[in-house]
Amino acid sequence: MNQDLTAVPLEYFLTVAGVLFAIGAIGFLLRRNLLVLLMSIEVMLNAVNLTLVAFNRMHTENHSGQIFAFFIIVVAAAEAAIGLAIVLAFFRVRRTVRSDDADLLRN
Amino acid sequence: MLTLETAFFGLCTLLTLLGGVFTVAAKNPIRGAMGLLVAILGIAGMYLLLSAELLAALQVIVYAGAVVILFLFVIMLIGPAASEAPDARGAVGRYFGAGAFALVAVGALAAIMRMGGAALTKMPPPPAGMGTIEVVGREIFTRDVVPFEIAGVLLLIAVIGAMAVAKGKPGDMLISQNKRGGSGKSGGAKS
Repeated sequence: MNQDLTAVPLEYFLTVAGVLFAIGAIGFLLRRNLLVLLMSIEVMLNAVNLTLVAFNRMHTENHSGQIFAFFIIVVAAAEAAIGLAIVLAFFRVRRTVRSDDADLLRN
Repeated sequence: MLTLETAFFGLCTLLTLLGGVFTVAAKNPIRGAMGLLVAILGIAGMYLLLSAELLAALQVIVYAGAVVILFLFVIMLIGPAASEAPDARGAVGRYFGAGAFALVAVGALAAIMRMGGAALTKMPPPPAGMGTIEVVGREIFTRDVVPFEIAGVLLLIAVIGAMAVAKGKPGDMLISQNKRGGSGKSGGAKS
């Protein structure tokens, strides 16, 4: 089987990653549901991972980019667990998941 | 020229971007989680194209298998309140911020496109065994063994912290219900 792993240029991957990051960031700014905010963060982290892996494909002497993406996956999993626990605790107090209602510290 | 790889890249791009848009635009968070799942699968396909097999497998296992399921569990625990109707407070500021960010993103993309121009950067052919579990594992367990161990500690702390935060006190629900009944939505913060 003739695999051509050089067919897609680097810029295509970077463009997809940039558009995906923009989608995540705009969602983070526009939405006010805490669950959707957390999902937007996951989308942004995935976009960053894609750029890291794509650049690693350009510099193939070691796997620094892929290993960095691996650690980002670890941190993203930890962040999702903590974030969802905070959302649950917040929901228990205020009976809502709207970010506007997270104003317990407002005077 | 449409090779198999280019077609696969197009498919993955479609999955990723549509999934991303669906994630942030869905009114119902369950559908948002499904969009996140689709986007994650698209990214995993791109990792395969970039000869990162181990990461593609990890992406499916950790994100699709754990993170999205965790989101679904929490959405179902919260119930109908998870998809409340939005209100219009502070809408102008949010739309202004999002519009400004979108403008900056479009400008950055235009700059990238112009810089690349006609000569796109062609990837070098990958060395044998790039991204396989043997090669990446050897690097993680020799050069990067300290960050690896620290990541394990981080995960342990995250597990304990998540349990401690989510557990709550036995009386929490009762107190908040009393407050709600007494003073309405915005009065809960007082006292």
